[in-house]
Amino acid sequence: MVGIIGYGTQIPRYRIKVEEIAKVWGADAEALSKGLNLYEKSVPAPDEDSATLSVGAAKNALARAGIDPKLIGAVYVGSESHPYAVKPTGTIVSEALGICPYVHTADLEFACKAGTEGMFIALHLVKTGVMECALAIGADTSQGAPGDALEYSASAGAAAFIMGTKNIVAELLDTQCYMTDTPDFWRRENAHYPEHGGRFTGKPAYQKHIFGAVEAILEKTGMKPKDFDYLIFHQPNGKFPVQAAKQLGFNEAQYRYGLLSPTLGNTYSGSSPMGLAATLDEAGSDQLILLVSYGSGAGSDAFVFRTTKHLLKIRNLAPRVRKQLNKHLKYLEYGEYAKFRGKILKPE
Amino acid sequence: MNVPRHWRETPERYRMEAAKCRKCGKISFPARLICPACGNKVFDKINLSGKGKLLTYTIIRTAPEGFEDIAPYAVGIVEMEERVRVMGQITDCDLLNLKTGDKLISKFRRINEEGKTGLIMYAYKFVPDVGI
Repeated sequence: MVGIIGYGTQIPRYRIKVEEIAKVWGADAEALSKGLNLYEKSVPAPDEDSATLSVGAAKNALARAGIDPKLIGAVYVGSESHPYAVKPTGTIVSEALGICPYVHTADLEFACKAGTEGMFIALHLVKTGVMECALAIGADTSQGAPGDALEYSASAGAAAFIMGTKNIVAELLDTQCYMTDTPDFWRRENAHYPEHGGRFTGKPAYQKHIFGAVEAILEKTGMKPKDFDYLIFHQPNGKFPVQAAKQLGFNEAQYRYGLLSPTLGNTYSGSSPMGLAATLDEAGSDQLILLVSYGSGAGSDAFVFRTTKHLLKIRNLAPRVRKQLNKHLKYLEYGEYAKFRGKILKPE
Repeated sequence: MNVPRHWRETPERYRMEAAKCRKCGKISFPARLICPACGNKVFDKINLSGKGKLLTYTIIRTAPEGFEDIAPYAVGIVEMEERVRVMGQITDCDLLNLKTGDKLISKFRRINEEGKTGLIMYAYKFVPDVGI
């Protein structure tokens, strides 16, 4: 038996409202919010990046798992905003957590799917007995070009999961991946902001891969949408996951805990993993959870988890996601936001 | 700060690694080679909990080179749970509401960087301990 033995998240303190961004670019804030089910997003402080958010999330996961960090045999950090182009985030995180030196680390990148890539690898390494525990993190401080549609949603946050075989809080039942080469979103070397295919990011990209992964895992496991207590899809905004869930036969009660994007934004590699953490915060024991990520380029990873009684014992050992989302907030004006995100050019 | 020095100080900067004297139990942060209380030279490595109380602070409004963009910011002395006093930057706080006695907790943050192409320096900072 393999599964999650500890989980944790980290969300920056700062927020900006959709209407504050829309005001600068002359956009219709009400139409944007209503159309995308998006109201505000998190913004990283100038001293936060994917490494610092990863460390914060992983410390919370360690607090819940209650293990010696040295038991962790692998650290995978999935992000599209690694602090360095060349120098691993995984070593920074491992050193800060006291896991070094007997550890395998890798930095993963697959747009918004890099977090679940790490989870997939970590779960299967532990399952095959290569190591006792493995840590997978999805973290991003994502960037949207000024005035672009992505600027309203690109946000920051991290989720960390420790996988193991003892004291499991959510047992892994099955996985399924669905990949094709689909050019819906990309960022070239040295480009500061990503480019995307506009409406092309919907049906042939997000929907096709989410639907493909869901239909395949339902067939593989012999389960139906109504069998699941909870559901988490990748959340590029608040509209796509709700629309896809309803079309696939799921209902609001199943996705209500995991849907964070309306007030968090899209934390890219952290997005669906943070939704899973928020669901674990509220789920009872012996409940079924379906997690399906999506990363542009493109692909989806699907996981079926079953919660255990141990979840109820450990979840209050670290802050819950909704508490991090709703407490100690500070709202920024666009000028402050532009400074925080390095959008203002200063002379060298 | 140069790269080798930053690397040498990784244990205390990244995870607040301290030294606990095996003879008298005094905790030194950063770690020392000789215990200032009893002169013993044998220590156990421990990581500070990160939790503490603000003893005193100042607001930096005219920042040194490399810190200009984050001014104004607070720097304070924090008494940790382990009764060790640590100086550090206090971030994610409202400067006007900061007061001595505030409960703080350490977070792993960026301290500085050697320009846009150089090394990024990470270390602990303190934030208000509001349970998140």
